[in-house]
Amino acid sequence: MSYIGIIITFVFINNFILTQFLGLCPFIGVSRKTDSAIGMGFAVIFVMSIASLATWAVYRLILVPLNIEYLQTISFILIIAALVQLVEMVIIRISPPLYKALGIYLPLITTNCAVLGIALIAVRSDYNALESFVAGIAAGLGFLLAIVVMSTIRERLDQEWVPKPFRGVPIAFITAGLMALAFMAFDKALLKNLLG
Amino acid sequence: MYSEFSKGIFKENPIFIILLGLCPTLAVSTQVVNALGMGAGVIFVLLGSEIFVSLLKDFIPERIRIPAFIVIIASFVTVVDLVMQAYAPSLSRNLGVFVQLIVVNCIILGRAEAFASKRKLGESLLDALGMGVGFTLGLLLISAIREVFGSGTITLFAMGSFDGVIRIPGLSAQPARVLALAPGALLVIGFLKALFNWLEMRREAREAWAVAAPPPGAAASAAASQTGSSADDGLPSSEGTSSAREGGAS
Repeated sequence: MSYIGIIITFVFINNFILTQFLGLCPFIGVSRKTDSAIGMGFAVIFVMSIASLATWAVYRLILVPLNIEYLQTISFILIIAALVQLVEMVIIRISPPLYKALGIYLPLITTNCAVLGIALIAVRSDYNALESFVAGIAAGLGFLLAIVVMSTIRERLDQEWVPKPFRGVPIAFITAGLMALAFMAFDKALLKNLLG
Repeated sequence: MYSEFSKGIFKENPIFIILLGLCPTLAVSTQVVNALGMGAGVIFVLLGSEIFVSLLKDFIPERIRIPAFIVIIASFVTVVDLVMQAYAPSLSRNLGVFVQLIVVNCIILGRAEAFASKRKLGESLLDALGMGVGFTLGLLLISAIREVFGSGTITLFAMGSFDGVIRIPGLSAQPARVLALAPGALLVIGFLKALFNWLEMRREAREAWAVAAPPPGAAASAAASQTGSSADDGLPSSEGTSSAREGGAS
């Protein structure tokens, strides 16, 4: 598949949050304010792109030659956990302002299903190194898009009257459901029409 | 002892009350059989990892406990994944990548960290069973709603001449397909969560009433005025909307 095809697939057609439900916890948890949603979104893009590249390398260069592919779940989750720590340390050193913006979101990302999800999906789809990297960025962009749209809706929603049992999490889920309904307009036919 | 088990099913039901472990829940909740398979996998991983964490808690250094827990959990997830591929290939295909994603299910790491790493083996075992059964029941409820109203069928395991699919007359011809699609999962869990909130609020209001009503006097009137105001702004209005919306969704 072409790179543009991968990007369109992961941002719109298979949006991780709205069609695959990966990364719902931070999506519901950190979407109250637009500022923090943007910070979380960029942190996810950052970690997902690096993680998909790193897990690709470990899978192709270590697990496949040694014939131990069944260890992928264990090795991927450890790589992601270690990588998040490493990224945190590097960012503290080279760019304190960036750390201030992203820092608090980084630990939250370790147990984010979306990061492990993109690593496993890239392996299952037989992507090469660059395709995995692009898929990681695109899936992160899809997350950013969904969480930013969601946070702007929720900021408006805070000023409206909502029935008491629906306040907080339930109305957030229903909002996300309606967003997912809108995203259903993007399907495989779109890809066919665009790329032929 | 029994309460360690039953709290996971009712009071602290992992899906509805704590809202953990949503990611795998929603994606596989399109068919009842998927919910059963995912539930069995989660129960096994929860049991195995809580037992191991509880047994090893004195040997794992405090500072590296989270990575150690993750390795234990990932090992059991790998076992489930391989067993499922070998003995239930069609289920394994249905669940796809979500079997491996059990490893990042917040319920499991959460229970290992909050419960099993501090308690004895027996208590951890009951806690794991209760949480696992509660998770499975919650997932079953969501998938039953989505499958019955979204496609008009109930899919179970195929046995002999029975192909495993129960068709509900009247519904399977014209189902509300949106519930079977991705947005349906989010809508169903939103409405269910609101329903549970409403039940909880009603119970609290009733308990406050029971406390406030019997003794006549100054203390009672103070409590009564308090509950009266809280009942006014929430209950009567929400009762109509919540039940109406639930009806609309199904």
